[in-house]
Amino acid sequence: MVKLVQVENVFKSFGDVNAVNGVSLDIEEGQFYSLLGPSGCGKTTLLRLIAGFEKPTSGQVFIDNTSMEGIEPNLRPTNMVFQNYAIFPHLNVEENVAYGLRNKRENRNKQNKLVDEALELVGLSGLNKRSANALSGGQKQRVALARALILKPKVLLLDEPLSALDKKLREQMQSELRHLQRAVGITFILVTHDQYEALTMSDRVAVMFDGKVAQEASPRDLYELPTSQKVASFIGEMTFIEGEIIGENKNLKVQSEIFGQINIDKSRVFGQSSKKIILGIRPEKITIVPKTSRSKNLVSGKIIDVSYFGETTNYKVSCGTIETLTISSQNSVGQPSYSVGKEIQLKADLDNIIAFSA
Amino acid sequence: MGRSGKFLKIFAVTYLIFLYAPALLLPIFSFNSSQIIAFPLSGFTTGWFKALLYQETLHEALKNSLIVAASSSIFATILGTLASRSSSRYNFPGKQFSLTFILAPLVLPEIIVGVSLLIVLIQLGLPLNLWSVVLGHTLLIMPFSILIMNSAFNNLDISLEEASLDLGETPIGTFRRVILPLVYPGIMASLLLGFTLSLDEFIIAFFLTGTETTLPVYIWSLFRFPKQLPTTMALGTILILVSLILLSLSEYFRRRAAKSQTSLL
Repeated sequence: MVKLVQVENVFKSFGDVNAVNGVSLDIEEGQFYSLLGPSGCGKTTLLRLIAGFEKPTSGQVFIDNTSMEGIEPNLRPTNMVFQNYAIFPHLNVEENVAYGLRNKRENRNKQNKLVDEALELVGLSGLNKRSANALSGGQKQRVALARALILKPKVLLLDEPLSALDKKLREQMQSELRHLQRAVGITFILVTHDQYEALTMSDRVAVMFDGKVAQEASPRDLYELPTSQKVASFIGEMTFIEGEIIGENKNLKVQSEIFGQINIDKSRVFGQSSKKIILGIRPEKITIVPKTSRSKNLVSGKIIDVSYFGETTNYKVSCGTIETLTISSQNSVGQPSYSVGKEIQLKADLDNIIAFSA
Repeated sequence: MGRSGKFLKIFAVTYLIFLYAPALLLPIFSFNSSQIIAFPLSGFTTGWFKALLYQETLHEALKNSLIVAASSSIFATILGTLASRSSSRYNFPGKQFSLTFILAPLVLPEIIVGVSLLIVLIQLGLPLNLWSVVLGHTLLIMPFSILIMNSAFNNLDISLEEASLDLGETPIGTFRRVILPLVYPGIMASLLLGFTLSLDEFIIAFFLTGTETTLPVYIWSLFRFPKQLPTTMALGTILILVSLILLSLSEYFRRRAAKSQTSLL
């Protein structure tokens, strides 16, 4: 695959604050790429560095093997969908969408055809003359997309484009954006703080903390094989358990709290080797089994909190030295529900445990 | 409504009477047929208004005033727009300091401004004419212009400018196609308010005017001739009406500026 956007050791500071603190990324052509992180992690600054609204303190951005140093935003092969959409309030839908065509010196008929195509692409056919102020949030979002895509950029930058929409519309737009990206084949770079958004939409995700990329991986690897405790707890939930390495062959032998002695495949161990180790397990990899069942690795505990989510129920369980172990249980037919205070028995899928050096 | 509400209402009405009653006397006496400005009224006439049509020095003064008001409001608005733009978008050392000083004419007594400008002009050996008045009025109006344009620019979402650049437009094109149309109501408000302020201004015009007088200076000179008093009243009536219309227009544009930008979110 062709590397389309390359960020090379970029730093950006505002006064004393290092917003972007040494980031290098390669983004391939045609990818749906997400920059994910909590607010203030530098993801938006990184996007604005690619768009050209900010200049790196040091380091460089390349697009299509061309250095973007000294190239103003209006001359870059990028277009952006802004967080608040930035629809021009004094122009109607058509004028907004055609805004960037003015400098391309296309004739009127060609322009009108392109506008109609762009509006059809985003599902706004027929709203050409609608005033910008009469648009709903979702429609503004679509106008912003059409306005950017009509210019056929090499890269489309999206700055938290869905955060202002309500949940239902947001989910709908997530799948539409994904389909749109596949249809037009343009590289999308999305900034988001919503991990589910990043996981469901992206081909690749870079997780950022404090101006640095903590991990860059496919959504599946990010969830199943987070390389640090910080990433693991940012993407979904994970319960952490202390352990100690007691032996090593092709696997790592660990003496752990509650689960006792277990073996962990070395590909699931991250960080510098040390004697102390932290084990992590996702809530859905633990199941509640009947009190009567007999098998290896059963742990007993007591439910201290229940949260019902419709398709799943989350239980917080205290067991032994672990104060809270989180379990996510599918609410399928025949699955009993448990209430606070109930003594239960747990079975953990130990193959799915990952380990971080403490 | 409670007791204090009732009191406030009486207070407000009394206040308005004190503020506008003197101005209301102007139209009353301008239609009174007696030359003496006193009650009781003697009869109705439009003669004083007709007399205005035949006073050539008045027409000259009116022309001068219009030139001064138009020029100074345009200059002040251009300068004010640039100043607010720089203060709302850029940070530079001494920004707060220079802004405070640009706004100073708002609180400085006009007579001080007038006298100091006169001294400066004379020291520089510059002639006193309409352009010296324009200079003084520009200085006087600019703070108002800056305040109006500040709110217009502060309401302007910076991402609209970025979006324009991002869509391939140059900075100059962005100013023309996005910024100007969105702050245009503010510019209109500033022009109209500036025009009104200049049209009514007396003290600075009195100090800086040469042989060509502006309308307020002309009116002041009329007071030496008691016979001219009723025509002056007629002229005053017209001026009040024009000022009211200009101010309402200015307020209309100012509100439109505020409205067009809040509705965008």
